[in-house]
Amino acid sequence: MNTRKAGFAPRTFILLLMVYLLLPLLATGLYAFAQDWQNSLLPKSWTLNWFSEMFKDIRFLEALWTSLYLCFISVALSLAVMLPAVFVITLYFPRWESFMKGIVVLPYAVPGVVAAVGLIRTYSSGPLNIAGTAYLLIGAYFVVILPYMYQGIRNSLLTVSAVELLNAAELLGARRRTAFVNVILPNIWPGVIVSTLLSFSVLFGEFVLTNMLVGGHIKTIQVYLYQRVGESGHLASAIAISYFVFILVLSMVLMKLGKKMGGGVQG
Amino acid sequence: MKQRKRGVILALIPFALMVLAFQLVPILSMLTSSFRNEDGTGFTLGNYLHALQSAYYMQAIKNSLLISISSSLLGIVIGLVCAYCITRFTPAVRDRLLMLSNMTSNFAGVPLAFAYIILLGNNGVFTLLFKQWGWSVFSDFNLYSWSGLILVYVYFQVPLALLLLYPSFYGIREQWREAASLLGAGPWQFWKTIGLPILAPAIFGTLGILFANAMGAYATAYALVGGNYNLLAVRIGSLVAGDVVTQPQMGSTLAILLALTTLLAVYLNHRMLRRAQRFGGSGLLGKPQPKGNTVQRLRPAAREEM
Repeated sequence: MNTRKAGFAPRTFILLLMVYLLLPLLATGLYAFAQDWQNSLLPKSWTLNWFSEMFKDIRFLEALWTSLYLCFISVALSLAVMLPAVFVITLYFPRWESFMKGIVVLPYAVPGVVAAVGLIRTYSSGPLNIAGTAYLLIGAYFVVILPYMYQGIRNSLLTVSAVELLNAAELLGARRRTAFVNVILPNIWPGVIVSTLLSFSVLFGEFVLTNMLVGGHIKTIQVYLYQRVGESGHLASAIAISYFVFILVLSMVLMKLGKKMGGGVQG
Repeated sequence: MKQRKRGVILALIPFALMVLAFQLVPILSMLTSSFRNEDGTGFTLGNYLHALQSAYYMQAIKNSLLISISSSLLGIVIGLVCAYCITRFTPAVRDRLLMLSNMTSNFAGVPLAFAYIILLGNNGVFTLLFKQWGWSVFSDFNLYSWSGLILVYVYFQVPLALLLLYPSFYGIREQWREAASLLGAGPWQFWKTIGLPILAPAIFGTLGILFANAMGAYATAYALVGGNYNLLAVRIGSLVAGDVVTQPQMGSTLAILLALTTLLAVYLNHRMLRRAQRFGGSGLLGKPQPKGNTVQRLRPAAREEM
């Protein structure tokens, strides 16, 4: 089954699949470099104008900056909250794990639109009126990346046998906190970095929550892209393609990191 | 000892607070609100009755269900055929093909809708080309309608289906095929009586994920058709104007209805995964893989909701 050369039928099917999957990407890419593309199979003339225009557009740079720092804050907050919590749960309360799995799977089962309605309901009135602010968005982002962070940290802890490591460190006279910071953290760091990057790329592409919760006030790169789609096709494709390349580079780094750890820790 | 306990509680409190505040409380508040009267008091089933009786909302629900079911089925069929085809290639090619397919799963939501507008929209490159070449077959194709939505939905379903189905093909051992053919079964009979039944849990499980994925997909449809096509997710979004819910009770009711379908689908996936593990050991849903598998499996599921 493994080494035989693929027959005619598989080749055709896969070729068709690849055309279907890659054509939209290719078209966006060509459109971003095309000066004028009408009534011909390929653009007649090429230009880098759209890219230079993109970088001259102050609103684009602002949106990029907003996206980056919102994602950064959310991921950092999630790290700070999740690291100790997952550590304690895996170590002291392994019985809670099935409950945790339920909590963690919820963001998957509850679509973004639904989550957004709930969040707006809760925070648009009452004592905590933070509707339309970055606080609400960061809270929502925290829930979005919860599964990735939980799984990533937990798997890293399990693969390095954190319990045994901790016991050994204590036997050698280290205090628990010292053991956590000096022994466990350095060991799980690679796995944690993988889930951090993964979370970052997920948030960078997030549109539903951003648009519904704060769309009018805070413009991330996705919201900006949505607003530009109607205006200039070429400029928007330049943005879309740059965004895609950015995410691609990020996932390549992820894959390299994942491979480096021998497949033991997969973010 | 006491100090350690304090440390443990200190480590858990921020986590519990965040999950409560941004996950559990909103869901609960939405649930209660869906049972409230128009003025936000009392208890009523009226909202649900209204949603299920109103032709407008029913149409949205029906459209969403239809598009989710058809795009999931199409995705499954294409995914199955292509996953099988990929197993026929040499390992190096296989890896590259899977990588390409995974790569395109990053291309979702607004950018995806946009790419399709460039290609097939009213002034799309291909639309104009076909017109010029006089290919009238495509002249009644409209990207901003049912057929266009299906095309785009299938686009983000296929890589996901491929990713989830591909490993389960390794549960089918070459020896079984040889044994079956020794006993006189042709390839068709082999797949009908052995291959497909073994794949069945994986197929149904994947179907659940694909369905939930399509039901919850908002960005793609929103960017493509806006309010022009009546879909449940878009309808819910439109009940939320700016950052207030204009009709909080109705919005909550529809959101709960949507969440019910996706929860059901994800539950189906969960049951099927358990079944596959029970009767097939580790070989069925992928080679014995590290536990990080779960995230890998689920990762693209969240992708479309952006």
